[in-house]
Amino acid sequence: MKKFALAGNPNCGKTTLFNLLTGSAAYVGNWPGVTVEKREGTYKRGEERVRIVDLPGIYSLSPYTPEEVVSRNFILDEKPDCVIDVVDATNLERNLYLTTQLMEIDVPVIIALNMMDAVEKSGDAIDEKELERKIGLPVVRISALKNQGIKELMDRALKVSKEPRAGETVLKGSPIAHLVRDVSIALKGQKVENPLFHAVKLSEMDEIEAAAHEELVPMVDAFKSTFDDDTFGTDFDAVIADARYRYITENYSAVISRGNRGEPFTPSDKADKVLTHKIWGIPIFLVILLAIFHLTFSEDFLYLGAWASLGNGLPTLFDPVSEGGLGWEENAATTLLACFYDGAVFSPGVIFTNLWNWLLGWVGTLFELCCANAAPWVGSFVVDGIWGGLSSVLGFLPQILVLFLFFSILEDSGYMARVAFILDRIFRKFGLTGRAFMPMIMGFGCSLPAMINTRTLADEKERTATVRVIPFFSCGAKLPILTAIAGGIVTSFGVGNADLITYGMYLLGIVTAIFCVLFMRSTSLRGEISPFLMELPAYHAPLFKGLMIHLWDKTKHFIKKAFTVIFASTIVIWFLSSFSWDWKFLPQEIEYEGETFMANLRMNESILGSIGMLVQPLFTPLGFGAQLQSAGWVFAVAALTGLVAKENVIATFGTLAAAIAGSYVATEEGVMETVAIIEATGVNVPGLIAFIAFNMLTVPCFAACATARAELPKGKFQWTLLFWLATSYIVSAAIYLVGTWWWTAFIFAAALAASIAGIALWNKKHPPKKSANVEEEK
Amino acid sequence: MEKLLSEFTVGETGTVRTVSGEGRLRRRLFDMGVTPGAKITLRKKAPLGDPLEVNLRGYELTLRKTEAACVRMEVNA
Repeated sequence: MKKFALAGNPNCGKTTLFNLLTGSAAYVGNWPGVTVEKREGTYKRGEERVRIVDLPGIYSLSPYTPEEVVSRNFILDEKPDCVIDVVDATNLERNLYLTTQLMEIDVPVIIALNMMDAVEKSGDAIDEKELERKIGLPVVRISALKNQGIKELMDRALKVSKEPRAGETVLKGSPIAHLVRDVSIALKGQKVENPLFHAVKLSEMDEIEAAAHEELVPMVDAFKSTFDDDTFGTDFDAVIADARYRYITENYSAVISRGNRGEPFTPSDKADKVLTHKIWGIPIFLVILLAIFHLTFSEDFLYLGAWASLGNGLPTLFDPVSEGGLGWEENAATTLLACFYDGAVFSPGVIFTNLWNWLLGWVGTLFELCCANAAPWVGSFVVDGIWGGLSSVLGFLPQILVLFLFFSILEDSGYMARVAFILDRIFRKFGLTGRAFMPMIMGFGCSLPAMINTRTLADEKERTATVRVIPFFSCGAKLPILTAIAGGIVTSFGVGNADLITYGMYLLGIVTAIFCVLFMRSTSLRGEISPFLMELPAYHAPLFKGLMIHLWDKTKHFIKKAFTVIFASTIVIWFLSSFSWDWKFLPQEIEYEGETFMANLRMNESILGSIGMLVQPLFTPLGFGAQLQSAGWVFAVAALTGLVAKENVIATFGTLAAAIAGSYVATEEGVMETVAIIEATGVNVPGLIAFIAFNMLTVPCFAACATARAELPKGKFQWTLLFWLATSYIVSAAIYLVGTWWWTAFIFAAALAASIAGIALWNKKHPPKKSANVEEEK
Repeated sequence: MEKLLSEFTVGETGTVRTVSGEGRLRRRLFDMGVTPGAKITLRKKAPLGDPLEVNLRGYELTLRKTEAACVRMEVNA
């Protein structure tokens, strides 16, 4: 099967074309650098099937970003039969710059002139025949968005792919044409493939190239010593870039004819004037962010319930009339209604989640019915092990999807790039670029896509630091831990306000993240802040189809995650918690509120229970270790089950409460379970808050770990695990100790001041070496 | 009149004279089209005064003041 590669600038419509050709659902965004890995698909509509590879968007074939290296290596090493160079016609000059580099490789190249409809709409015209004649490569005008010209493009590409093509360069008229020619002859003599491309790169003294052909470096140096240019001196990098752009401007101004533009400002410019306004830019951004989280997570849509409670309040559905409810009976119809309203109108995200969980509940019941007559351990394996694990992940799908829908709208419309623009100044203070904002804020939804998104960060150290702190931005699955324990604290001790504790913990996560980034960027991940040179794409209304493709992509991702990593790890945890060391199956049937079901009230005898008891003393400085004596292991076990999915922590509380307190309770929010645990263990408030903090900051769920492992540079993952453990341990210990004995605050403050002073002093003595790799200091 | 791109006021237009700076940054500037002879207009500054948004070669580019300080410009009358 033939193999075609799609190459082009970021945001030029490459991924849209890819989706069109392959029918695949790669995600398309209006954010430069969205395709961060190469994707593959098959084109089936032509005379023969063709494998299509979508390369990441790049501006150049220089070796400075991972995207550029991936694309360059693919074209050079895997030798596609044809490179389809997607060119954004609305931005011809900069797009052709990459074309002038691609054409130097010995591979057939065809230009797909995309977004021609937009060019015509703005009143301009491009003569593609003239372009084809001048550049010497076939040019086909297409509109990936409107599915125009695709057949012709593929037919011509197929035709071109049959003939080999030798590289051509536009540098023939440039001052260093001689050098390029000589080096390319020398390389040809060594039987190097793509001699022209390598010769040009070597003349630029490109890092990868100079290392690969050391013997030819003296030739370049010798030429340099005889060379003197008025403007550039011996800076060949500059000479070459300049020559390319000069060639493009000279030849292609003839190709474009500018139409009459009635007004100097496009609608996009007008929108930008407001959205990045000097004073209103930041407030507008904060309002948009708040609105998104409100629409996704709020259980009181537009605060209708809160407004109503100023008067008589809105009635709840199932509470008795005497307590301000309607006193309805729970049946299929009313529980369905309760997905939308119960004392307050729910926001769309919550309604979607409720409906989804209502559906999952039915499926769960179905599973239980199927296993009613099976052996207890089989039933438990299917219902708790398999279905329990799947539903715990699937249950979060709706809110994550809704959150993603909003983020994709921001991204597709081009606003996200402006957010990076607005926030860069702030992020730079922490040693990051404004681009790091996007993955971090996505972390509030789910760590997985957030970590994948860090690939848009150009600098490896910055990326590592960002991946490491993403779990600190408390994800949707950690919210139940926050609400249940905060609720438990308020109910048991009568102190504080559950919402305040929850918000406080979110804030703690953010502060810890900032602090850790600062810490890493001044110790183990020291380095200069990467440049912030980014294209700001024009605003456009997001396409419904594009949004749906994005959501489907995410859904696929989650379902895959649910059926693989999580599936396997849940079964392991189920096994460890359901069996004792002597292979006895522990869960048994119990009766609760008139229903009989399986519950593992003897989890303390399980393998997991004994692991919990073994590690319990380790948590003593955190307030939930040895001081809780015989019952303290529940916290360790709950934290361990949280590795499967963080919402399991509270579910485990439910079963463990029964195991140690003897009575089974199950509430939707997990508050009563927490209360039972608090009463049985005698843990204090600082210990509970330390427990929340520990779960929030420690090693994230298995799926997030797998993603981090894939995203981090080689050898950094084990350090990252250690970093998560250390951070969560230190922060939680600080919370417990200072909360219990206030004067220990001085010890922590002194230790903090000493370490900051130590780092500052050490950094002063050892100024960072340029482009040197600072080894991990831990 | 010559001055650095970082010293431009909003709305000012000029032509690139020279580009300095460390290897990677300079290369990136070139790749984005900031080469001698290119016409650049300062469109706006971010709410906190930095980074800058410029228009060149028909598109919008954002860069920091420190990066813009590597670009020496001839101001157009």
